[in-house]
Amino acid sequence: MKYIDEFRKKEPFKAILSKIKSLPPQTISLMEVCGTHTVSISKSGIRNLLPPNIRLISGPGCPVCVTSLEDVDRVIMLAAEGKIHSRYIIATFGDMMRVPGSHSSLLKEKAKGADIRVVYSPVDALSLARENPDKEVIFFAVGFETTSPTFAATILQAMKEGLDNFSIISNNKLIPPAMEALLNDENITIDGFICPGHVSAIIGTTPYQKIVTHYQRGCVISGFEPLDIIFSIYLLMHQKYSGTPKVEIEYSRVVRQEGNPKALKVLNQVYELSDAQWRGLGTIPKSGLGLKDECALYDATRKFDLPQPEVSEPQGCRCGEVLKGMTSPTECPLFATHCTPSTPVGACMVSSEGTCAAYYKYER
Amino acid sequence: MEKHILLAHGNGGILTSQLIENCFFPYFQDPLLTQLNDQAIIELDGYRIAFTTDSFVVDPLFFPGGDIGRLAVCGTVNDLAVGGATPLYLSIGFIIEENFTIEELKKIASSISTAAEEARIRIVTADTKVVEKGACDKVFINTSGIGIVKKGIDFSGHNAREGDKILLSGDIGDHGIAILSSREDIGFETSIKSDCAPLNLLVNDLLPHAHYIHSMRDLTRGGLATILNEIAIQSNRSITIYEDHIPLKEEVRGMCELLGLDPLYLANEGKLVAFVHSGSAEEILSLMKKNPLGKNARIIGEVVREPSKKVTMETQVGGSRLIEMLVGEELPRIC
Repeated sequence: MKYIDEFRKKEPFKAILSKIKSLPPQTISLMEVCGTHTVSISKSGIRNLLPPNIRLISGPGCPVCVTSLEDVDRVIMLAAEGKIHSRYIIATFGDMMRVPGSHSSLLKEKAKGADIRVVYSPVDALSLARENPDKEVIFFAVGFETTSPTFAATILQAMKEGLDNFSIISNNKLIPPAMEALLNDENITIDGFICPGHVSAIIGTTPYQKIVTHYQRGCVISGFEPLDIIFSIYLLMHQKYSGTPKVEIEYSRVVRQEGNPKALKVLNQVYELSDAQWRGLGTIPKSGLGLKDECALYDATRKFDLPQPEVSEPQGCRCGEVLKGMTSPTECPLFATHCTPSTPVGACMVSSEGTCAAYYKYER
Repeated sequence: MEKHILLAHGNGGILTSQLIENCFFPYFQDPLLTQLNDQAIIELDGYRIAFTTDSFVVDPLFFPGGDIGRLAVCGTVNDLAVGGATPLYLSIGFIIEENFTIEELKKIASSISTAAEEARIRIVTADTKVVEKGACDKVFINTSGIGIVKKGIDFSGHNAREGDKILLSGDIGDHGIAILSSREDIGFETSIKSDCAPLNLLVNDLLPHAHYIHSMRDLTRGGLATILNEIAIQSNRSITIYEDHIPLKEEVRGMCELLGLDPLYLANEGKLVAFVHSGSAEEILSLMKKNPLGKNARIIGEVVREPSKKVTMETQVGGSRLIEMLVGEELPRIC
């Protein structure tokens, strides 16, 4: 813990902050594309310490939040059907339970008797499959490049053991294509990205190069402590003013340029690129991870005839705009009135990494 | 409002408040009860009697630093002590599940006896009920306590004043982490022990300065954050605390980082906060520090003018953030 303390000290933080303040007061919008960064910024109170010309906007960095309503509804319907046939166990991460679907949530279906288990890791779901050989354990998988290698390793393990009652619904997504999609949207102004530390620990710097070369935007891979973030902001501003956008690694204690080759190898063994539907951003080509043909046995979408839900968006919810950084949570008329963590309307208020939840908890 | 009781209704946070407001207040309206202090202080024949009750359902029954028996004594003693009362008499009620071992029950009884002796309180009445297997989990205990309050002492949560300094008697979160680490399904070990202790031994040392103490509360289920919010609401004031002033063991902080918990919401069973007149804060602090139960005491913040009834914290890097009441379910059955 002493080591972490070094990244929370007031004096170096203030020193960087005053360097930032000494730069020309040109307006700049920086997007953090990771829910953990959003929470850290809110929790440490960084936003209010910055001069008014620097705008921090939150991007689509919470895997629970960006899962499309249709994908959520599908699993809710599947869980409800499973209750009737008692053939499935749905496994998922805790935050997914309370995400409101069009008509229900996994939590409500569980209360009605559907067999839904909260697990901390895909490996736990594999244990469930071993313990329940007469049932199919279906993992509602969400996550970015950080989480996906664990799913891939789990599937490889299932193959090795010959477990045939385990499958996943892959909603795994990739961050760089979403960043590009945002840059292609004329309504959004982003001058640079605070890039996700742990995603980058897997993918390295290469996937961000296009953002620098094609879009001329700076990318700084940042750690999660206040000092990491303030220094990343400084680096991005420096890049902008010197007109030299590049990919820089601030989080050098964890991230290497080449990423994690071992994790990438496992990822490529199991997954291939697919188009994916994002809440708020719509379908983004090659932004998702689908299972390769060799792994079809573990792909619930091919193994079963999954329900086709009719989606109805909650009225007034502006999660889509929040996820694109177009709307700040406090600009949503439902924020802290109809939509609170105990009565969430949209996914961004549910997840612990959701932008609305972070604003509600720390910045009201 | 929810139609059914959720575990989070019992966590001492916002849902507990809503439950009290919507379900109990329509039926229980005694002015002493609706003050929402940890104890009722009753005027009786010229004496001021403090009266309180508490139930204990902790899981597991035995944990590092204590057990349900010690908790049942200290919990009620502390609710009396923070009202400025000298605890005198205690009742104990057991609800025991069929098939529970006599040996464990004896162990709990012995622990109750030791804790009562330490807290200098007499156990003067008791009750036992046994229910079928599955109708409760092993054993639940209720204790009620009576104490006496000297004239002029009023530590009610309504009394915090602008400018008051907030004293915290020591490290936060020990009880929460001790319980968490003793749960079978968590799978980690720590050396952290519950801070479960009778706080009257500490409060007694502060009573000579009672005139300068405006409000006092022991920290329990909802942690420091929840208690501060309660006092802010009761007193109609705002509160600012300082992140780097809050005492916290390295190990507790490490566990919180790992598990994504906020130490401000972790349970405690042997810590109190006192809102004191700013001019006397240092003196009362040094008295606290002389007592083993207050050796890590710190001044953690103050009551400020803003009428918003908000609790905010100045973060280590100098930013400011909101500290709200506990919303979801942090951890069920911690006391």
